[in-house]
Amino acid sequence: MRAATFALRSELIGLAGVVERNFYLTKRYIWWDVAWFFWTVANTLTITFIAKGIEATGGQIDVNRATTSLLVGAVIWAYLGVVFEFLTETVAWERWEGTIEYTFMAPLSRAMHLGGSGVFAIIYALIRAAMIFFVVAAFFDLAMPDANFVVALLVLVVASVSFFGIGMMMAVLPLISPEKGAQLGYVAQGLMLVVSGVYYPVHVLPGWMEAISVVSPATYTLEGMRGAILDGQGYADVWPQIWPLLIMGVVCIPLGLWVFHRGEIYAKKHGKLKRSG
Amino acid sequence: MTSAPAPPGVETVPAVEVVGLRKDFWRKNKDKKRFRRRGRRKNSAIRDVTFTMARGETIAILGQNGSGKSTLVRLLSTLLLHDGGEARIFGYDVFTQGRAVRRLVNRVSVEASFFKKMSAAENLSYAARFYGMGPRETNRQIPVILDRVGFPIARRHESMENLSRGMQQKVALARALLTSPVLLLLDEPTTGLDPRSKLEVQEFIREIRTSHDSTILLCTHDLAEAESLADRVGILDRGRLLALEPADDLKRRYGAETLEQAFFSATGRSFEEETDEEEDEEREVFA
Repeated sequence: MRAATFALRSELIGLAGVVERNFYLTKRYIWWDVAWFFWTVANTLTITFIAKGIEATGGQIDVNRATTSLLVGAVIWAYLGVVFEFLTETVAWERWEGTIEYTFMAPLSRAMHLGGSGVFAIIYALIRAAMIFFVVAAFFDLAMPDANFVVALLVLVVASVSFFGIGMMMAVLPLISPEKGAQLGYVAQGLMLVVSGVYYPVHVLPGWMEAISVVSPATYTLEGMRGAILDGQGYADVWPQIWPLLIMGVVCIPLGLWVFHRGEIYAKKHGKLKRSG
Repeated sequence: MTSAPAPPGVETVPAVEVVGLRKDFWRKNKDKKRFRRRGRRKNSAIRDVTFTMARGETIAILGQNGSGKSTLVRLLSTLLLHDGGEARIFGYDVFTQGRAVRRLVNRVSVEASFFKKMSAAENLSYAARFYGMGPRETNRQIPVILDRVGFPIARRHESMENLSRGMQQKVALARALLTSPVLLLLDEPTTGLDPRSKLEVQEFIREIRTSHDSTILLCTHDLAEAESLADRVGILDRGRLLALEPADDLKRRYGAETLEQAFFSATGRSFEEETDEEEDEEREVFA
């Protein structure tokens, strides 16, 4: 029992170490992050202006509602981008700095190692997503009288478990391909969102794409968050989105760890677990 | 600073036991000749290497670039999977009991790899967390260990990118010792250092030998370093361990006056001799 407690304590210290390291690095590169934040806001504006553009060219839409709906999609895109980026950088960054060998020969379980990256990524991405949302909402002076932000946050937090699992699967890519692996993370992000109704309802998709959307956690995240922000849906109303997300989370975490484990074995067999740059 | 508590049975088993260890890498054929079939060829980085190290012993492995020194260190560090043979560290199988092995081993490599924007103290804290050391313990230990490796404590909060190569290597030594390893793998720790830093690092290795219960495997290009620091000196050539004996025995065996001559007699090549193009290419993989 004491040995188990000691082992758990060591593991949690390791997890906290990764969070702490990411905090230090974020602090050191903060001005780059500020610049990146402005870029994301600008990118979000290019999307959210579409609603006004449609009205200006004769379309009949509720501009406030359409803008908010697009904003939710753009914020989820940005959120996923940060979560996946931090997770793929778990390997890519260490490889670049050359610390990868020291990290992978340390006696910390991979679950805690990746868990540390995931915890920091989710906290950081949540703060950043909230800032983008409110900055752009203020820019358009969006009215959200019924919005239930607590439920929207709950949906995003529950969804983050699945995103974390998928992120672990992507984190393996730089292990397999040191040169191009990290970039493939963006491909996976785009593919997931295109079938999940990021800026449109999924029923406008071709049948085969709509079928894929059923197994994408982003589909339920977008539906749940739009329901909570646009229509003020409560906990009971978003339950049809929450339970699939819970199931996906339970599947994605062990699957992500298994995929990463297989990737690590491949890297150790082929001598790819070493520095570059 | 003391070494970690000895694992069960550690007193009775060799620190390192390597039997018939083999590691192959497969590479694409870069034959540029048209019409010639492109395929893959096998490069054996480590070929049937066998040796044993007693607890507290220091051995030095000499070898040219591409001889397999780093591959050997990476195999023992659990960073590579083998293709044959066995390796045990204090009785634990390196390839099936990696977690237990990782608790006992740490290393210093030729590149003092750190997060360059982070300070020495932050980098050391990060490394220590992976070994279960909490903030209170690391805050107490870091100044002590940095002082012992001759790093000016006042500079511990400066970012690594502002430190000289010699200073960075001292922090690398501190990182390895902070976790109190019972097996220390030193992969060319003094390569590229200026003479003064080199002497300081060598002096510190000597101190670890005498004051700690650490077993040290040192891979080096430096013949004098090998002779002065190690109990036994090994010659690794193209993945094969040709000899592993006390330096004097090695010289006697090859009828040589110096280690350099012994190396030449053992391998048929000068220690300083440059490798040809093909071996250079292989170095990317084996290094």
